Amino acid sequence: MEWDWTYTGEILPDLLNGLRVTVTATIAGYAIALVLGLVWTLLRRTPSRIVNQTVRWVTEFIRSTPLLVQLFFIYYVMPTFGVTLGPLVAGIIGLGLHYSTYTAEVYRAGIADVPKGQWEACTALNLPRSRTWLDVILPQAIRRVVPTLGNYLIAMFKDSPLLLAINVLELLGTAYQIGAQTLKFLEPITVVGLLFVAVSVVSSILVRRLEKRYATY
Amino acid sequence: MTDVLDSYRLLLQGAWITVQLTVLGSALALVLALVFGLAGTSARVWVRALNRVYVEFFRGTATLVLMYWFFYALPLVGFRFTPMAAAVLSLGLNIGAYGAEVVRGSLNAVPKAQYEATVALNFSPFQRMRRVLLPQAVALMLPPFGNLLIELMKGTAIVSLITIGDLTFRAQQIRGATGETLWTFVAILVLYFVIAQVLQLGVRFAERRVDRMLGRGPAPKDDPGAVVAAGASGTGVNP
Amino acid sequence: MPPTEPTDTPSPSKAGDAVPRVSDAPGIRFEKVVKRFGSNVVLRELDFTVAPGERVTLIGPSGSGKTTILRLLMTLEKLDDGVIWIGDRPLWHQDKGDGKLVPAGQKHLHEMRKQVGMVFQQFNLFPNMNVRRNLTEGPVRVLGLSKDEANARAQELLELVGLSDKIDDHPARLSGGQQQRVAIARALAMRPKVLLLDEVTSALDPELVVGVQDLLRDIARQTDVTLLCVTHEMHFARDISDRVLMFDQGQIVEEGPPEQIFGSPSEQRTRDFLQAVLAT
Repeated sequence: MEWDWTYTGEILPDLLNGLRVTVTATIAGYAIALVLGLVWTLLRRTPSRIVNQTVRWVTEFIRSTPLLVQLFFIYYVMPTFGVTLGPLVAGIIGLGLHYSTYTAEVYRAGIADVPKGQWEACTALNLPRSRTWLDVILPQAIRRVVPTLGNYLIAMFKDSPLLLAINVLELLGTAYQIGAQTLKFLEPITVVGLLFVAVSVVSSILVRRLEKRYATY
Repeated sequence: MTDVLDSYRLLLQGAWITVQLTVLGSALALVLALVFGLAGTSARVWVRALNRVYVEFFRGTATLVLMYWFFYALPLVGFRFTPMAAAVLSLGLNIGAYGAEVVRGSLNAVPKAQYEATVALNFSPFQRMRRVLLPQAVALMLPPFGNLLIELMKGTAIVSLITIGDLTFRAQQIRGATGETLWTFVAILVLYFVIAQVLQLGVRFAERRVDRMLGRGPAPKDDPGAVVAAGASGTGVNP
Repeated sequence: MPPTEPTDTPSPSKAGDAVPRVSDAPGIRFEKVVKRFGSNVVLRELDFTVAPGERVTLIGPSGSGKTTILRLLMTLEKLDDGVIWIGDRPLWHQDKGDGKLVPAGQKHLHEMRKQVGMVFQQFNLFPNMNVRRNLTEGPVRVLGLSKDEANARAQELLELVGLSDKIDDHPARLSGGQQQRVAIARALAMRPKVLLLDEVTSALDPELVVGVQDLLRDIARQTDVTLLCVTHEMHFARDISDRVLMFDQGQIVEEGPPEQIFGSPSEQRTRDFLQAVLAT
């Protein structure tokens, strides 16, 4: 079988549509991951043993089980509790939830890296706890971890094709659907693969730039 | 819930496939990581370029896309893969790219002085790598390798999408047969979690062994100094 | 400056230990040796000779190129220009038969390195091996000794450096002084004919320095290797060497027997340097 350029041209608009869904899911999921991860991190620092141990094990559980199964869980199980979600919304929540356990680790490491003297300076200045966190600790911690967070955005983008398993017509799902209709899989899936490589490579170059910029503090 | 437990044979079959995929995939990934990681430390530019191309390309691809490509696209140009082969290849190639970066980074992190000592003892380039640099780099590789192993294990779930009867695939079957959506998924999530914990234990065990090889960690016999040090490190409290 | 002592203090070692040593160790000759790091010229057309079996100490301010000389001899740094001879063979070059020298390949370097051993400032023991394997790995893998032969050699050398009881320990469990003793034994296990000592006591706690120096003095007495030593310990330099070379900016400022260099240096730069070192 030969590569069919006309066919490739015909399917491109559909694929770009799929890419739009992929990007939407990634960005929305990432927003959830960034916020929820911070929630986990802060909860783990509460003095209550019950709270921080529970959070520790819940996040460990989410982090060490497959995203795909979690997507199924959200999509198929939640309706039995009366929460019915559309495929895309379920997918976004799944991505965000799964990756929040990674961002939580990143934040934790970032906070641990803030020198002890910064905390002591806050105490010496008698800053209230909320000011200490919002004005001193978090800005420094987050600055340190920007490149790592960038890497997780890329990782998430590459995990987004799993959403096809819960009927989201994202990039790979679209390609598969086209292939199934025409029985010509080579062009759509190859194009999708190249799109993924292109986006990932370009974004990891950007992340490396970030690393350079934030390396010197 | 009992319906799910009744299907335990099916779940165990699935878990077995998941374990097999994890073992085969990580074996392939390990080989690729070592080969391309070593290439990344070569003095020759074109060998290093080989490392860059492999790493950038396969880190950039999504595993599922790669697997679909092996399974659906390549047969159309004459390359036919069994589902298992397509799965192991795509998992191994993808995680191997991350592993190659770990190997390269760890080798580069071995102090240059160690290399110089091997030259002073007139070791051949192969002996330098095999006897001194690689064993020391392994200590640095193990923790990130542990994470990659868990990632690979989780990644195996996608093989259910190309009809391989792994844990996730069996779950869909049981769910279809019994309608027990909640407990089916709870059961396999727990199974995945258990597998992950076992893998983590294995990695910790390996880490301890390597620490012993390097003379770190708890003292082998009567060494009061080391015991005190070990006790002290355990008392660290978060601020 | 303390009064000069005769270098050949009668030592309790074997008799024939007179000044012109008869040795099967090779001599060393630097011919117009140039070494650059980027635009920084560390050695500029350096010439000097070390006689077979001679013990030479290189002194001088840091950055004067002393360590670079040892590293060139150990093939840890590449030569930029000139020729280094070990015995009658060039270290970095091969003679194509017609007297023309061409840059040498790995095989030649491997062959030449057989004669040379080095002890490093930071010991550089292999942390992934215990003391025994640190000492036997080279003899077994490189020299092709049997395990038993290598073991016997290791035990003998550990006895010499006074660490027989540490043979199964890991380097990480030894003190700095003990690690350096093991490193000395490791270098000797390869039976080098040229031994390079690169500031071997600089990384040690002050109370451990004397022990390692005493050991090296004993070794210098008992063997007939050609010895090149870089050190900031002037007493040690005086005790161990037949000749002292004072370096500054990649060139030899002054040379002579230790009693002359330390007792009545003729160059102002040498005097300044010695004053600065002895003041600390």
